[in-house]
Amino acid sequence: MNILNGNPRNKWIGLALIAIALIALPFVLAQAGTAWVRITNYAILFVLLSLGLNIVVGFAGLLDLGYIAFYAVGAYVYALLASPHFGLHLPWWMILPIGAFVACVFGILLGTPTLKLRGDYLAIVTLGFGEIIRILMNNLSEPFNLTNGPKGISGIDSIKLGGLDFGYTTRIGEIAITGSIKYYFFLLVVLLVVIVINFRLQNSRIGRAWEAIREDEMAARAMGINTTRMKLLAFAMGASFGGIAGGIFSAIQGFISPESFVLNESIMVLAMVVLGGMGNIWGVVLGAVLLSFVPELLRYTVEPAQQALFGRQIIEAEVLRMLLFGLAMVLMMLYRPAGLLPSAVRKRELTRDES
Amino acid sequence: MSQPILEIRGIAKRFGGLSALSDVSFSIEAGAIFGLIGPNGAGKTTLFNVLTGLYVHDEGTFAYKGQALQGMTPDRIAALGIARTFQNIRLFANLSAVENVMIGRHVRTHAGVWGAITRNAATRAEESAIEKRAHELLKFVGLDARANELAKHLSYGDQRRLEIARALATDPAVLALDEPAAGMNATEKAALRELLEAIRRQGITILLIEHDVKLVMGLCDRIAVLDYGKKIAEGLPAEVQKDPKVIEAYLGTDVAA
Repeated sequence: MNILNGNPRNKWIGLALIAIALIALPFVLAQAGTAWVRITNYAILFVLLSLGLNIVVGFAGLLDLGYIAFYAVGAYVYALLASPHFGLHLPWWMILPIGAFVACVFGILLGTPTLKLRGDYLAIVTLGFGEIIRILMNNLSEPFNLTNGPKGISGIDSIKLGGLDFGYTTRIGEIAITGSIKYYFFLLVVLLVVIVINFRLQNSRIGRAWEAIREDEMAARAMGINTTRMKLLAFAMGASFGGIAGGIFSAIQGFISPESFVLNESIMVLAMVVLGGMGNIWGVVLGAVLLSFVPELLRYTVEPAQQALFGRQIIEAEVLRMLLFGLAMVLMMLYRPAGLLPSAVRKRELTRDES
Repeated sequence: MSQPILEIRGIAKRFGGLSALSDVSFSIEAGAIFGLIGPNGAGKTTLFNVLTGLYVHDEGTFAYKGQALQGMTPDRIAALGIARTFQNIRLFANLSAVENVMIGRHVRTHAGVWGAITRNAATRAEESAIEKRAHELLKFVGLDARANELAKHLSYGDQRRLEIARALATDPAVLALDEPAAGMNATEKAALRELLEAIRRQGITILLIEHDVKLVMGLCDRIAVLDYGKKIAEGLPAEVQKDPKVIEAYLGTDVAA
């Protein structure tokens, strides 16, 4: 990004402006309705998920259609360790790492049998894996009630930081800091850390090895890269980010059920990565933010606009969303096949020039 | 002489009913340039793929500095010190020349996830060493001016030399080159010859598949000839050149009859 590479003074001014905007954002949004802060929080969760999936798909080039499974694993780990379901109430700072670890184990579990698969075949197996996890969550209420089945788990503890409970509103003088606003800042911090980790991974020996595998796996092996280990590492890293996002999701929602982790969600996250630009961290952030907000904007604007224009509703927001989705996809393929903000390397891969 | 650096004994490789290699044996002394020649389809590249772990062979043994290599994965073999190039150039086409060489350093460097994330002093030092070494190697093969160009935008000859630089980045003791002169013009071939001599002077053993007879004869200390998957001759360049079986393999027999 230009802001980050420009001369140092402009860089600091730019960063300061962005920081101020991000800090002010929830308070401004809260004026439009608390729902918008919550929507923003979900958008950040999706950004986290997309960044995790970007490691697998964008960096290592392994198509994963079951990514939401790791989100589910993280969410359930949090729910089981901090809810009346088992009567356990561990603090969040213990559960989130545990969730990341368990998701990481699941990532390796998925990765191991799929090491030799590529492209379409890998996509099908990962898709199956995603469904297996969801169906397990749905059915693991018998004989031992682990997940409480389709009824889901409720009463999940919110995150508490010192004396600050993220589940409630705190008042500082005139300003009301709602739970959503607190989660917003919490998510913002996690997001920053994840973005930094992503950048550092990309520009490292590990990141280069992933790039090599994506470009030519056989050549990568002949150059001494242990492709087995590197692919598993990509699955594991991606999965842990998914697990952390899932844990926070659990805490924000207070209730989870298998319904939140359907195939559609996996596809949605993949769409965010692809729309934004596989392999480009800022592109992925943009893709996730767009695909999270646009449907919500439509929900709040389409109906009133139609009422005002035609006096009645002709197209439902949900239908219009799908129409726009299709249109966006066609336009993307035509004009920006590598995404809105494509990674330099991906762009080269997708453009046919001499050679 | 001491123990050979590479010792190949009775290697056989079959693809279904086709016998691509049968009972191929030879050994290479450390520091030598060993030529592997033969008509198209003789099994030279197959042997390379077996030696570098990309194919699993059916019979025979091969050892590197006395250590058995059969059954090892390509990355282990590369880590032990055998690097290769490919006949049908396999660079990381969409990465720059210097990135290609930096990837070659992977096997000799250690930074893991933790190092990458924390970017601690050791990792930073390693990164700059990787970059420095990559530029040195590009300079060594004469590509320093093209460091930031994409591999796929380089000329054919430059791509071949980049593959050599990438292979050298793995600090090999044995460098296996699969037709490095293919597609090169006379000037490039002369430069390649100098480059190979320079690599030999560093003490690196070279195993060379090449069709250019002049290059092979001028450069190699010893040559083995493959035909239909069998070794039909081995010896000094001058001996091999006069061997009737070799002439027959290249020219056919019915000419005189």
